[in-house]
Amino acid sequence: MDPEKRPPAVSRRQFASVAAAAAAGFILTACGPKRLRELPRERLAALLEDLEKDYTKRFGTAVAVADTPPIQGVTFAYALDLSRCIGCRRCVYACVEENNQSRDPEVQWIRVLGMNKDKGIDFSESDPYYQPAEVPQEGHFYVPVACQQCRNAPCTKVCPTGATWTEPDGIVVIDYDWCVGCRYCMAACPYGARHFNWAEPTIPRDHLNTKTHYLGNRPRSKGVVEKCTFCIQRVRVGRYPACVEVCPVGARKFGNLLDPKSEIRYVIENKRVLVLKEELNTMPKFFYFYGT
Amino acid sequence: MRLCVMTLALALVAPAAAPVALAQHFSPAPLPRAGPPRAEERVEVPPPPFTDGIFPCTSCHATLKVNRVRRPLADMHGDIVLAHDEQHRWCLDCHDPDNRDWLHLASGEKVPFEQSYLLCGQCHGEKLRDWRAGVHGRRTGEWNGHKGYLLCAHCHNPHQPRFRAVTPKPAPARPSAAK
Repeated sequence: MDPEKRPPAVSRRQFASVAAAAAAGFILTACGPKRLRELPRERLAALLEDLEKDYTKRFGTAVAVADTPPIQGVTFAYALDLSRCIGCRRCVYACVEENNQSRDPEVQWIRVLGMNKDKGIDFSESDPYYQPAEVPQEGHFYVPVACQQCRNAPCTKVCPTGATWTEPDGIVVIDYDWCVGCRYCMAACPYGARHFNWAEPTIPRDHLNTKTHYLGNRPRSKGVVEKCTFCIQRVRVGRYPACVEVCPVGARKFGNLLDPKSEIRYVIENKRVLVLKEELNTMPKFFYFYGT
Repeated sequence: MRLCVMTLALALVAPAAAPVALAQHFSPAPLPRAGPPRAEERVEVPPPPFTDGIFPCTSCHATLKVNRVRRPLADMHGDIVLAHDEQHRWCLDCHDPDNRDWLHLASGEKVPFEQSYLLCGQCHGEKLRDWRAGVHGRRTGEWNGHKGYLLCAHCHNPHQPRFRAVTPKPAPARPSAAK
């Protein structure tokens, strides 16, 4: 057949109906619930108020949900001194308290890997379940691992609903109301830093931290993923993360990567620094160093 | 106009100053100057962690004769076990013999307990440098505001500075234990 006389593969009528459906779909989605960053201020305020009411009713104590924005000119970074950490797990439990992690089933954002000095940093040889009478154990060192806050984060790329993203201050956050629990992000994370609420989380009423942030430690529900946010509710108002303050040996350092006078920059400029799984090009903002 | 004069003056001085600078380049760095520590060197810290009822030391020591002999302490302070370069150190290497409410540096300069980091920094210089930068030691306060510092002695017993082993908090539940 003459190519110029071939009837079009899509008829005008078909095209028109598909286009109309697409337009309707777009309009419907745009009118539906929005992601946090797209919400107008007044709707956000109403949303936070609703959440506060809901949590207050659920836990029987006044819960505040903040939406403190990022600070201009700040990119958060973390450094952990491997030569100091004694593996006492104080950070793990301080984090659970601060960030309202479920006690049963147990969810812990920080996992301290016990490692053998003979093997070096080798994940296949590591043991997170060590429980000797006293730490540090002879011949062992400890690598606490939580979210590495990657600049090239694999987890945010795979999320089908856009429920997780990187904030302007570098914190990778999750909107628990947008998370559908597919756990693609958990599969994508090479650090095992994301945790899933397999059952309804339980927090004893008197242990609830009532100062919460929308993108951080507000109470979660069953079926959503959660992870470390550098204590977003604390660091955005100038405080140190809970794990930094609790560490009895001062192994944990935190600050603004863009401030040349910050502790973080001092560490990077003066110490031997490494990141975990560097070869994956995730570019973590969580650095490990040797303080000695 | 003033700038021009200054530039001219500098240009005249510069050739004369050059040999001095070169000499300094090849000679060791000048010794840190003696005298009381500069105000900007002072770091705000909480009160030193004295044992209850032990300070001021002069309440007893003011009337006691100074005994410089290395000996087991029988009458008082028998609980102190020195494990800090004990082959070479003794009480009066750090505690000032003339006024026990003070410490003293190797130079003889007196330092108060609130600035004991200067004493520790004599041997542990790189630790003092890291500590000032906020990298050695526990951090509290605000990352972009007032930072909380602790004295070396708040974490390290000066007589036995090595950390004692601690009991770890419980291990995480194994997945097999999940209900």
